[in-house]
This record gives sequence, structure tokens and C-alpha cells, in this order.
Amino acid sequence: MRARLAVLAAATFLAGAANAATIYPLDRAKILVGSPFDFKVELDQVYDAADIDVTVNGKAYADVFGHEAEFVSDEKGKDDASLGSALILRDLSLASAGDYTVSVKAGDAEEKTVNWTVYNTPSVAKAKNVIFFLGDGLSVAHRTAARIMSKGMTEGKADGRLAMDDIPPAAFIGTSSTHSIATDSANTMSAYMTGHKTRVNALGVYADRTPASQDDPKVETIAEALRRQTGKSIGVVSTAEIEDATPAAIVAHTRLRGDKADIVGMFYEVQPDVILGGGSAYFLKSDVPGSKRKDDKDYIQMFTDAGYTVAIDAASLEDAAKNNAGKILGLFHTGNMDTKLDRSFLKKGTVEKFPDQPGLVEMTETAIDRLSQNKDGFFLMVEGASIDKMSHPMDWDRAVVDTIEFDQAIAKAVEFAKSNPDTLIVVTGDHTHGVSLIGTIDDNVEADEMREKVMTYDDAGFPDYADTDGDGYPDKIDVDRRFAIFSNNFPDYYETFRPKMDGPFEPSIKGENGEYVANEQYKDVPGAVLRVGNLPKNADTAVHAVDDIVLQATGPGSEGFSGYMEQSDVYEVLADAFALGTSQKAGQ
Amino acid sequence: MLAASPRLASAAAARLSFDELYGSFSPLGLEFSDKVKDLTGKTVAIRGFMAPPLKAEAQFFVLSEIPMALCPFCSTDADWPDSIVVVYLDRKQTFTQPNQMIEVTGALDRGSWIDPETGFVSQLRLRQARYRTV
Ligand SMILES: [Zn+2]
Repeated sequence: MRARLAVLAAATFLAGAANAATIYPLDRAKILVGSPFDFKVELDQVYDAADIDVTVNGKAYADVFGHEAEFVSDEKGKDDASLGSALILRDLSLASAGDYTVSVKAGDAEEKTVNWTVYNTPSVAKAKNVIFFLGDGLSVAHRTAARIMSKGMTEGKADGRLAMDDIPPAAFIGTSSTHSIATDSANTMSAYMTGHKTRVNALGVYADRTPASQDDPKVETIAEALRRQTGKSIGVVSTAEIEDATPAAIVAHTRLRGDKADIVGMFYEVQPDVILGGGSAYFLKSDVPGSKRKDDKDYIQMFTDAGYTVAIDAASLEDAAKNNAGKILGLFHTGNMDTKLDRSFLKKGTVEKFPDQPGLVEMTETAIDRLSQNKDGFFLMVEGASIDKMSHPMDWDRAVVDTIEFDQAIAKAVEFAKSNPDTLIVVTGDHTHGVSLIGTIDDNVEADEMREKVMTYDDAGFPDYADTDGDGYPDKIDVDRRFAIFSNNFPDYYETFRPKMDGPFEPSIKGENGEYVANEQYKDVPGAVLRVGNLPKNADTAVHAVDDIVLQATGPGSEGFSGYMEQSDVYEVLADAFALGTSQKAGQ
Repeated sequence: MLAASPRLASAAAARLSFDELYGSFSPLGLEFSDKVKDLTGKTVAIRGFMAPPLKAEAQFFVLSEIPMALCPFCSTDADWPDSIVVVYLDRKQTFTQPNQMIEVTGALDRGSWIDPETGFVSQLRLRQARYRTV
């Protein structure tokens, strides 16, 4: 009986080979010619090296790859559990474009074949500069609301246009990850910035099975490719912690986006010419109050020694921009920077502690000014981070005002591109939220319950936002007739139907047994009602949607975007625009 | 052992609030307030919320100004607000709900310190502490 089961099991293994070996890069990977990556084979069982046969296009892999892989007879999981044998070959690169079929056969039980496409780019760059705008979580509702709030509307026609309204929609982007239809900022931004999809929480690596977060098979990031092939400058701008997933994706290699202290070290390795954002806590050595490091590395000093001018507020950023010609490290908050609504209008959040934070518009302008001094061109990534950070807690006013700010930063790039038409501008998000603008909420309606004041269809009319000073932001956010925006997914929370004037919304907090419960702080807001969540009780906020995201682009190379694309396909268009298959280093 | 009762200890303790921990804020680091400097080594009482314990049976927890809510994909579990105080209990107490305000009384200890068991780095601690719900 036992023997028969074993035979059956073996037969099952052969039939279900998909469950056997895993090969990284995964099947259907697209790899830039000459771009370094790690090759790894994970087998489910333990083998002798001699029993593992790996071929590439029918030839012995070592002949094609030029090196033997390291053989690990038995990888260890949690608590030293046996995971099976593995082969790892780091820093491999393929010099010729074409299709590669990689086949693995181990003993009689495991077999796996994957296909890769190695692509080349034209030898001459189409674009000198690329400015990549990433509205974190930027959904269609955010831009609709930003347009109506910022520009107004008369008789159903918008009274003005956002800067992003004039950048042609170019593609729908699918954002799913390698292990889930859903995604996070790490997975998607990593795919944009490397050309390889990965797993939720992972940056610049394929997520392998071993517990260590920084031994996973690496892929090259755009910053590394630019350093390898070009003399271009690199800039990273975000209102989040600079080591947060989106900006980190430009430089980082880790399975865990939470490795923030190490990600600062990865920024230091690549040394982008301009780095502006929050997150200084991970740059400070551990004995400085406010530090979140566990070691005594002083990255402020290390970046200074590496030639950076350090700015810590809007005033010193302006000084740095005016008085120095070199690299700039601007860190304006120990954590995430405050939202535009808090920074410029309500003075809530942590604005009292960090009163002189620059905005995304000033940071973008400074970055473009500095980077454009390089005659070889530049790559700049600008993230509007709080669109997402405020959509999670369903703080729609803060999310929409930050969308307006993000749009004003885009306007600066559009202005630059007018006199520098060799600039490709891309505007997209990394994932959507389940959010929609459905009408207005009108306080002038006589009713006991707030839901009776939610005006839809013909009753919705137009909101009362006014922008008398013409800065693009409403003079007042808590107007009588305001947006009715709702999320289609939520934890337990108190819906107040009102802007959160005292600081960013915290819908739920951890209760007994680690389950999230509605934050009672909002219980007594007049008209507040408990909404029983439709998410598991371990969800503290609204979640990312799997819906496609819109990508817009203008400038040379933008014709590479069309139809439906995976987020990993976006990298190929960037590589193509920059001709990253060809070395453009001076003197070569 | 009446003197060790939290109620009595609390009556004798100087009050300190989260607002009063730091005198100045900068991306280059925070600076402790004069009040914190004066009270270092003395018994103080601070009101706040218990963050979800790092370990079920730990004798140490993190006290935060507002109830903690962490987004696992936007921040990480490793991320804490700037204003936290680590609390070392003098004996095990049952943990409270995180949205329950508590008052902790203990000896104020200041300076960078790494918890040997968890590796958690803190700048401010209450030692030999006890707490009660308020
Ligand atoms: Zn998010």
C-alpha cells in the first residue's frame, strides 16, 4: 500500500510539475539585455548536485550563462525546516536578445520549464529626460474630485482643467502581484522600476522561500541601470518617508519593505543626486531621540561626507538650491510629511512640530532645476504619497487636496517640458482604491439623520467650494454642501459625513484580541453613525483595489504605452526611451 | 506593602504628559524637554494608550499618546509614532484594550536603550511601573 502511494505521488508530481521546482526569474519574464539579475532554482526535495539537470535552450546552463551556480543542498526555512535543494547564480546578465527556455529536471520527481524574453532597445535614446509621476493610490475618483474642487463646475462643464487632464491617457495598467491578484506600493513600484513583477512587500527582488529578507534573487532597478549605462542624474521626491516603498523602489532590494534602516543604506549605495522627502528617523544614529535605527550609523553625516548639501526645511532647501551646485539630501520630517491640507491650511497633524515643510510643488521644482543642469539628462520620480496614505483611513478631503498638489507638481514638469521637449512625462498610480465620488452632502437639508443629507442624481447639484485667491485650493474645506465620497470597503468605523478638521481621520483602532474596532473618538460627532465593516476584523483601514489604473504619458517615447499593459511592461518603455540597452557613458 | 499600591504611588508622582516630552523637533533629531530632564530618575505618572504588546507575556509594553492603528502595507509593524514611552512593569499585569486610556506610574529613565529580549530601541522608559485604567 505504501509503495503504491509513493508511485501515485511520483506520478502526481510529474503531472503537476507546476507544483514542483520554482525558477527565478519566473515564466514570461522580460529582461533588459545586459541587465544583471540573480538566477535561482528552488526544488521541493533534497538532491545530490549530480541529479539536477538545468538546460538553457537545450544546452548546459553553465555554457550559456558563463558560470556555475552555487549549489545549496538543503535550504532551511523557519525553525530549520528542510525546504529542499537550490541553485543560485548571482549577477548573471545576458548579452544577446532573444527567447530563452530554461528547463530544470531533478531526479525523477521534479521538472519545470520557464521562458524568458531578453529584449534590446534602440541604440539611440528617444528622451533625454524622464519625469515619472506616481500618485500613490491615484484612482479616477481622486482626479474627478480634484478637478471639481480646484476648478469648479458650471452647468455640468468643468470651469478649468487639471494639468493631468491634458496628458493623454495612454494605457490601462494591471497591478497584480506574483502571488495575488492584489498589490501594494512595493510590488507595483518595483515592477515599474525593474520590469519584473514581484510579491506584495517586495522591492527589486523575486520573493524566494527562505526567511531572510535580503538574500532573495535580485533584479536591476532603473537607478542602477542608469548608473551602469548613462551619465544621467537621478532624483527621488516624495511626501512619504523617503525609504517608504514607492521611493525605495528606485534603489532597493529586499523582500520586506519594512527593512527601512537598510533601505537608507541602499540609497547611500546608489546616491541619487537629489533626494527629497520625509523619514529622517532612519538616517539618525540610534542614540538621537527620534531615531528609528538600531545601530550607530549616522547617515546624515555619511551623505554630507559624500558631498550632499543637507536641507531640513523649506528655507534650507531654498538655500541649498540657490547656493550649491551639488547633490541635495532634503529630509523634512522624521516620519511621513504632513498633508497639504494640514501644512498650508489647518495646521493640524504634526505641523506644529515641523512647521516649515516644503510642499511637493517646491520639491519638484527644486529637483527639476538641479537635475536639468546635467547635459546628459536625468530621471526624476515624484510621488504624491498622501493620496494613498489618506485614502486608507478614508480621509477624503486630505486625499483630494493632496491630489491637487500632486497635479500642481505635474504642472511644473509640463512647463519644463515646453522648453525641453526631449522630456518624457509619465503620470500614473501604483494601485487604485475602492473609492467613488457619488454626489454631495448638504447641511442645509432639514433631516435628523445625516444619510438624508446625502444628495445624489439631480439633487446632488454642485458643491460650495470656492477658490477666491486663485491658488487652486478651496478657501474652506468644511463647506455646507461638500463632496459625498465613500469607500466600498471599510473596517468598523464611525461615518461622520464631515471633513476631519482636528487632524487626519483614524477610523479604527486595535481592540481586544488584536481585532480592529471603530474609533470611539468620532462617536459623538453630531450625526455620526457606526458602519459595520465589510473587511475582516484584522483590517484597520480601507484597502487597495485590484482595478486597473490609468497611465498617462506625453513626450518622446510615450507612444510605447498602449492598450492593456502589466505594470512590469512599463519599465520596457522607459528603458526604450532611454536606450538602456546601449552604453552612453562619456568616453565609451 | 501599601506604599507600593499604584494609587498611592500615583498620588506621589509628578505628572508628565506626551505633549511635554520634547522641547524641540527637527528632522535632525528631537530634544527632550527641561521637564523630562528634571524628572529623569524620579517617579512620574503618564496617561496614554497601551500599544498592542510585542509579546503576549512580556513585562514591557509601549505607551503611546493616541490609540495605535497600524496599516501593515503602508507603514509596517516596525513603525511607531515619535512620541512613545516604553514601560517596564514591576510585575505582570493583564493587558488592557488598546483604546482604553491608562495611567502609568514608574521611574523615568532616559537615553538610548536596547531591550535585550526584543531588540526594541527606546529613548524614554518608565521602570518598576504599574498602571491602572482611567
Ligand atoms: Zn496603500
